[in-house]
Amino acid sequence: MSIDILMPALSPTMEEGTLAKWHVKVGDTVKAGDVIAEIETDKATMEVEAVDEGVIEAILVEAGTENVKVNAQIAKLTGEGESPAPPPAAAAPVAEAPKAAPTPAAPVQAAGETAAPAKAAPAVAPTGDRVFASPLARRLASAAGLDLKAITGSGPHGRVVKADVEAAGKGGATAAAAPKAAAAASAPTAAAEPRKVLSLEQMGIPAGSYDLIPLDGMRKTIARRLTDSFRDVPHFPLVIDLEIDALLAARAKINRLLEGQGVKVSVNDIVIKACAVALKRVPEANASYTPEGIAMHKHADIAVAVAIDGGLITPIVRAAETKGLAQISAEVKDLAARAKSKKLKPEEFQGGTFSVSNLGMFGIKQFASIINEPQGAIMSVGAGEQRPVVKNGELAVATVMTITLTCDHRVVDGAIGARFLAAFKPLIEEPLTLLV
Amino acid sequence: MSTEFDVVVIGAGPGGYVAAIRASQLGLKTAIIERENLGGVCLNWGCIPTKALLKSGEIFEQLSHLGGYGLAVEKASFDFAKIIDRSRGVAKTMSNGIAFLMKKHKIEVVEGEARLEKGTPSPKVVVALKAGGSRTIQAGSVILASGARARDIPAIGAVSDGDKIWTYRDALAPKAMPKSLVVIGSGAIGIEFASFYRALGAEVTVVEAVDRIMPVEDAEVSKAAQKAFEKRGITFRIGAKVTKVEKTATGVSVAIEAGGKAEVLTAAVCIVAVGIAPNTEGLESVGLTLDRGHVVTGKHGETNVPGLYAIGDAAGPPWLAHKASHEGIHAAEHIAGYKTPAVHSPIPGCTYANPQVASVGLTEAAAKAAGIEVKAGRFPFKVNGKAVAAGETEGFVKTIFDGKTGALIGAHMIGHEVTEMIQGFVTAITLEATEEDLHGIVYAHPTMSEAMHEAALDAYGRVLHI
Repeated sequence: MSIDILMPALSPTMEEGTLAKWHVKVGDTVKAGDVIAEIETDKATMEVEAVDEGVIEAILVEAGTENVKVNAQIAKLTGEGESPAPPPAAAAPVAEAPKAAPTPAAPVQAAGETAAPAKAAPAVAPTGDRVFASPLARRLASAAGLDLKAITGSGPHGRVVKADVEAAGKGGATAAAAPKAAAAASAPTAAAEPRKVLSLEQMGIPAGSYDLIPLDGMRKTIARRLTDSFRDVPHFPLVIDLEIDALLAARAKINRLLEGQGVKVSVNDIVIKACAVALKRVPEANASYTPEGIAMHKHADIAVAVAIDGGLITPIVRAAETKGLAQISAEVKDLAARAKSKKLKPEEFQGGTFSVSNLGMFGIKQFASIINEPQGAIMSVGAGEQRPVVKNGELAVATVMTITLTCDHRVVDGAIGARFLAAFKPLIEEPLTLLV
Repeated sequence: MSTEFDVVVIGAGPGGYVAAIRASQLGLKTAIIERENLGGVCLNWGCIPTKALLKSGEIFEQLSHLGGYGLAVEKASFDFAKIIDRSRGVAKTMSNGIAFLMKKHKIEVVEGEARLEKGTPSPKVVVALKAGGSRTIQAGSVILASGARARDIPAIGAVSDGDKIWTYRDALAPKAMPKSLVVIGSGAIGIEFASFYRALGAEVTVVEAVDRIMPVEDAEVSKAAQKAFEKRGITFRIGAKVTKVEKTATGVSVAIEAGGKAEVLTAAVCIVAVGIAPNTEGLESVGLTLDRGHVVTGKHGETNVPGLYAIGDAAGPPWLAHKASHEGIHAAEHIAGYKTPAVHSPIPGCTYANPQVASVGLTEAAAKAAGIEVKAGRFPFKVNGKAVAAGETEGFVKTIFDGKTGALIGAHMIGHEVTEMIQGFVTAITLEATEEDLHGIVYAHPTMSEAMHEAALDAYGRVLHI
């Protein structure tokens, strides 16, 4: 009796992923717990373990296949002690829409029928989500060489209809189509016009003059999330300078005193701690905008941007306001190390109520990050450097660090952001107050 | 200022009462004003009671063909008064149903005649109550669904007198069965009455100004319809202009002019069925923009007067109940801030004569005039198994495709109960079906609907049963 191996969901929200690698081949014997494959989601690579014992009878989805739907059948396992059945005739990827209510399989002889799921395995859709489009729209798009996926449907449930294809063919929101576009915009839920993407060739960069690196899951996620955020979130920056001489001295002292215990606190660790404390003092800045209302977060879960191979990821120091500097420091080190080897669990980088991004180590003086939705604000930390400052009417030298708070104006107004920074500034400039 | 209702609907026809129900469904406090009967012309003096008459006529006509089915009756006869009574009873039943629906949806029915006065946020509605007195209602929005009435042409004497010169209304409930009729106009209304009265044995002549009957239909259907009606004994004068309608001692005389030749037709009564006139008098007082009597409206039925919407016959052609209902739903949803799904449905048209005529979308001529490269297909019922078995072999199905894209753009039918079949093509056009879809769809056998499949196949040279 063969057992279907299905595409696993690595997180509750995962809908599809890339089948990155197979660790087994047809004919291999596996036992429960053996790693059989690696699945790459938008931000993490996870190993898939065998649940049952048996011999790999067929591999139905090749390594490197993108957008494999959760619960799609990816391989077949022959139960132990049985000889592999002859390879199924082309595994019949019947183009069957996933049924809402799976037809229960006829009750087969119970013996031996262990883990065969009674679900009709949804057909593997190698090209991603089904696009709803009218027959005529499909034909017109195909004739015009337009990608239906790139066209926003105006029909019921976003169905692409003839008019949408015709509008896309005319270049969408060009001046000529302006009256139509204006009419569409008046509809309460009119979606933004899809941005027309020209090919590099169309923009004058000849084919062959560059190497193309395929987009991996992380790059696609970065592109999508940050584009959405930058376009849809009304964001603005607030900039202040902080004198960090006292902070640097305190840090040096802490690290010297606790060296024996392996503690090495960074400026960024102190920034994280100070953010958490300031967020508790100005809870309006620790909030998310939702259509239903403003979510006031109970903890300061600080997401820390970590650059990794091929992109970046934001692991989270949960409830940072409850943690000491040593603990924060240790957690950040661990999270960053595992982020770099792509071993983070989804729950370690999903969520978070506030972000900190630090480019100080690269000598960046000042920058404004893009809001990490659904968070209300993100802090961008620049380099600490000696600058001339005026103290009591006299020119003096201090180590100064510029930080920028990018705020989502739907939830963090200018005054709220300013109050947060007013609470944050003394915590950095007089780090002793962090103890209070 | 405070408002008594969110929406007040003027006119309880198929546009108005449906708009009221939809408004109420969307949580709006709604009132509806009706000066006569709930259900309007459609239920009381139009769509519904005529169908009752036509059924009587159809059954009576069938009696003379019973021999073909191996059946016989002796002395077939009818009681004209009972036929009319049945029709009035059907209208009454349906109208009572609307009263129930209004109650169910908590819509306040105000009986009386409405007029509009300037107001904010929408015009004030002043109702001269049936029970006496008047009531002024200020609502958030007003939906004008005042409908239309038969058009008469005083210049040639084509004005209803309820005795010898009839409108549809008189023709629905006459005191006695007329021996002979002249019907002016061969649209749906004229043809249905011609068909009914002819079925009961009246001498019927239909006068049409255009050079073919049922001018909105595809020319092939017009031709087939004329032949089918002539077979039943209706005579036609096409391309004929009516110059004078006069009452005589015994009935009416209708002077016509066709191809330069003058002729006088005489009959017991004359039915004037030359279109409708919208009930929009006096609306200029609130600054409403009209175009040849019809209210000018936007996509959602909104007018140039803030808070005032207009739907149905009052807002222009086609003068069809289902168009009015559709607009009513749309207007109510717009008022409620509900985004109506963008469904672009063509409006089908049906004529319930014997045989029936049904159509949707473009005619072949209209498609060609629009510069479309047309692929047309046809299939006659005389080779359709179900039609042959039922002895209903008259007529055909015709399909019109855009040859470039394969989109179905029109469908035209004449035959037994084709008004029940047209919906298949309405759905197909709405969902933007192409020939591949219509060729691939499975049609139940044996049905007359199989002719729809064959007509779609025929347009692409793939017809199976010819």
